[in-house]
Amino acid sequence: MILIPCPHCGPRAQIEFSYGGDATVTRPDPLTTDTRAWLDHVYLRDNPRGPHLEWWQHVGGCRAWIRVRRDTATHRVLGAWPATGDVDAEGGA
Amino acid sequence: MSQPYRAANGGLIDRSRALRFRFDGVGYEGFAGDSLASALLANGVRVVGRSFKYHRRRGIVGLGHEEPGALVRVGRGARAEPNLRAPQVELYDGLHAQSQNRWPSLHFDVGGVNDLLSRFLPAGFYYKTFMWPRWAWMRYEAVIRAAAGLGRAPAEPDPDGYAKRYAHCDVLVAGAGGAGLMAAFAAARAGARVMLVDEQPHPGGWLRRSADAIDGGPGHAWARRAWDELAAMPNVRAVSRATAFGYYDDDLVAVCERVADHVPAPAAHQPRQRVWWVRARQVVLATGAIERPLVFAGNDLPGVMLASAATGYAREHAVAPGRRAVLFANNDAAYDAVAALAGAGVDVRAVVDPRRDGAAAPARALAVAAGAEIANGAVVAAARGGRRLEAVSVHRFADGRLDPAGRLLDCDLLCVSGGHNPTVHLFSQSLGRLRFDETEACFVPGESFRAERSCGAARGLTALDACLLDGARAGADAAACAGFAARAPEPPAVAAAPEHAPPLALWEVPRPRGTRAKSFVDLQNDVTADDVRLAARENYRSVEHLKRYTTLGMGTDQGRTSNVNGLAILAQTLGRPIPDVGTTTFRPPYAPVTLGALAGLETGAHIEPVRRGPLHRWQLRAGAVMHNVGPWQRARYFPRDGESMREAVAREARHVREAVGITDVSTFGKVDVRGRDAAEFLERVTINRFKNLRVNRCRYHVMLREDGFVMDDGTTTRVDEHAFYMTTTTAAAGAVMSHLEFCAQALWPELHVHLTSVSDQWGGLALAGPRSREVLAAAVDGADVSNDALPFMGSMQARIAGVEVRVFRITFSGELGFEVHMPAGHAVTVWERVRDAGRAFGLGLYGTEAMAVLRIEKGHVVHAELDGRTLAADFGFERMMRKDGDFIGRRALEREAFDPARRRRFVGLRSTAGKPIPAGAHLVWNPTTPPPVHVYGHVTSTCWSPNLACHVGLALVEDAELWTGRTLYAVSPLARTSAEVLITEPAMIDPKGARARG
Repeated sequence: MILIPCPHCGPRAQIEFSYGGDATVTRPDPLTTDTRAWLDHVYLRDNPRGPHLEWWQHVGGCRAWIRVRRDTATHRVLGAWPATGDVDAEGGA
Repeated sequence: MSQPYRAANGGLIDRSRALRFRFDGVGYEGFAGDSLASALLANGVRVVGRSFKYHRRRGIVGLGHEEPGALVRVGRGARAEPNLRAPQVELYDGLHAQSQNRWPSLHFDVGGVNDLLSRFLPAGFYYKTFMWPRWAWMRYEAVIRAAAGLGRAPAEPDPDGYAKRYAHCDVLVAGAGGAGLMAAFAAARAGARVMLVDEQPHPGGWLRRSADAIDGGPGHAWARRAWDELAAMPNVRAVSRATAFGYYDDDLVAVCERVADHVPAPAAHQPRQRVWWVRARQVVLATGAIERPLVFAGNDLPGVMLASAATGYAREHAVAPGRRAVLFANNDAAYDAVAALAGAGVDVRAVVDPRRDGAAAPARALAVAAGAEIANGAVVAAARGGRRLEAVSVHRFADGRLDPAGRLLDCDLLCVSGGHNPTVHLFSQSLGRLRFDETEACFVPGESFRAERSCGAARGLTALDACLLDGARAGADAAACAGFAARAPEPPAVAAAPEHAPPLALWEVPRPRGTRAKSFVDLQNDVTADDVRLAARENYRSVEHLKRYTTLGMGTDQGRTSNVNGLAILAQTLGRPIPDVGTTTFRPPYAPVTLGALAGLETGAHIEPVRRGPLHRWQLRAGAVMHNVGPWQRARYFPRDGESMREAVAREARHVREAVGITDVSTFGKVDVRGRDAAEFLERVTINRFKNLRVNRCRYHVMLREDGFVMDDGTTTRVDEHAFYMTTTTAAAGAVMSHLEFCAQALWPELHVHLTSVSDQWGGLALAGPRSREVLAAAVDGADVSNDALPFMGSMQARIAGVEVRVFRITFSGELGFEVHMPAGHAVTVWERVRDAGRAFGLGLYGTEAMAVLRIEKGHVVHAELDGRTLAADFGFERMMRKDGDFIGRRALEREAFDPARRRRFVGLRSTAGKPIPAGAHLVWNPTTPPPVHVYGHVTSTCWSPNLACHVGLALVEDAELWTGRTLYAVSPLARTSAEVLITEPAMIDPKGARARG
């Protein structure tokens, strides 16, 4: 069970969180994106081995959605950031 | 004489406390401080089990978790526990133990015929033989499974309780041997919060079995003092009988404490076992080492024992594991067994050492003192005997070659030692990398991954002084890494380690000509050296494949005594160095853990929380039959005297259509959505338009997932210019809330919108039926609830019994209907006021079953229809879909697969011949045509409709317009039933919706 450093609450056990998928993708502009690219966005995700930025929600805590960089091969958590802002900026726990 | 193999004195046992126990029905006696294994040995019991595959006799080999053979079932009835390792079972008065894997008895076992057939049962035999014909495998498997296997679990429910506890500490020390105790001292004296766990009932580890003196006294006495001193420190928690069995992510270590396994039954206040989940900043692994046996012909005979085990039984329990012993060892440390055995009165006849020059002088002196003959450059090439060891065949051995001429030495105990394997399981589970130490010929911890360090024997050290110093340093290092100013304490005074000669790696002794006995690598799963070679010949060259093919190391002992020997033989066969072959992956648990301990308190009714709404008790008193809906308990129906469920539900549903009914809707999810962009937000997360919704008006909303499928539905009411009150379905309330929060926080953080879950803050009731307005008018404190003041899909604030409530003119049944939501704390007050007001109008109660009947009759959807595979358009909701702008799921609707011509659409069903429509049925043209047949659609909901007086249902059907007005068959091959059904509009009652608007 990994320990996630919630940027709002501090380190908390994984059971307080729920997983929310790939945080490296952003929702494309619905007005300018063609259907093919849109459907790729909806259905296609990479499954990298190694560091990966993921959405997690602190459902049993502050309920904030946060971004967590986790190594998918070792489960080591490399940092956590609020939902918005630069992930590599200061404040990554 | 009782206990004929017990030495007259010595040992860490209490001779004043005799304990009686039974093994396979025979009564014996032991002493307090005995394990089941030591007590059996003291009574001369040598054969205690049968092996897994060949059903060969198994004696006691080891001293702890490594025990591969002596597996027993302990306890009786519901408390019985199978597959316990006899050396680890603490003896108590009245203990009952049984041998396993034998029928009809331990000494005459029918399964032993497998042993006679063993030539025909090589590695992978089952895979090879029973794969043909393919369909028959299932039948073979049942027979094979019945013949194989070890102990039987009891069938009765477990009468004992199990506990779970979370703990945090700065430094966790696993193992309270010399190194672990020093590590705990170092960390505790630096001020760190320390947790010290040890799997034995008494601290000290090997110190309880060694002759080494510490501070001028016995090692075990020092260990006891050290433990007591640590346990008394306020920042130390010391737990004995506690095995650290799993090292998980971010230094979470699982520990199983056997609270009451050493007594017949737990005390009333005690759990039987307790699992600790320890989150540690730093971890010290002081888990010791396990001796490795040697592989030679006949090495599984009862009477062949690890030298460390013989030493332990002799010193700790004052037991002679035999009368005449031979030691066969490739290292100096094992010579200590000679001294220990001699001390327990055993005649040690010989020491057989494969090293040309044998041991160094100090070890040799031990053998000389015991009067043992020393045979250097020699091996035991075969153990001989019928039911147990009777003699060993000693041969000269040089440069890997065996002198064919051997001589027989009579003995009933052969102590073996092939070196020591550090117990690296936890280290390996923590993703640390192992390194092969060529000198000691074993795997030792290499590079760490987590915040742990190994010390003492766990990292390959052997001398006591080195282990104590190493432990002290490891503890200080751990405390320093946890942020404490620490320095390693001075270890207590011990004698300097004696000079010793390097061990000789000896993985397998060649089999002497004419010997047919097998050389076992894995004594529990009956894997021989020949099996390993056969697997290699058949190209199972990876150690992971070898393991799965031969089952090497897959027993309850997890290959503690067999893994390294097995992979070394594989490496030799393949002609590759051992580190290249590598080891198999160590996974938790380190030792078997009972399912009860893992489940803890979360059994039966406590598996998940039960949620009860604010009207729960009121409804129970009114005679409700409750059932679970998602996490909630809800009233299913309210039977009157003698009514069946079907009768009660029919009465309740009829009464709503004919008069008026009241039901509890408190469990709906409710979300307060507010902020100046609230309407904009709602338009992005639903398919509906909200900016044009007037204050005090409600709208039925549909939410999609980003892939276009329907996620949930509900109603949303504008309660203020910038505030909306949304309801969700009961079951999806949590998921919808998380989704909305994601949208607000992550997708559109620029929107000014604030979401609050108010599901628990608001209770709710629904009034439905032609007289519902009269009931409501009588209940509210002087408000106008006429059609003009409160039109269909309108809402208003009102007071009922003085409580501020919100009234909604919405209906799920299709009748004239209202919902009243009130603060949950006042739910009963409001409910009772409405009940009282309704008496004059014949207000009846109805539950979730009647609610389901009413909505099916009306063609309203629930999650049976919104099952994650349906589109809004499948239900005709495209009419309310906003044509401009974006919302979640909109763009995905451009998928070709979502072309309406290719979709099944929502319809109603009526059974034409009075037969029930089977739930989950498929719609076909001819019910008697055997599959595969074309399926036109599937049934989503069915019920008996008391108002239409026929069986009805809802379904999704292709070419719905074509089929409407025609018949198909609803067939359920599973239930072997079918019914002819007429396809209709979904709304089978009041299709124009006049009643709701009246």
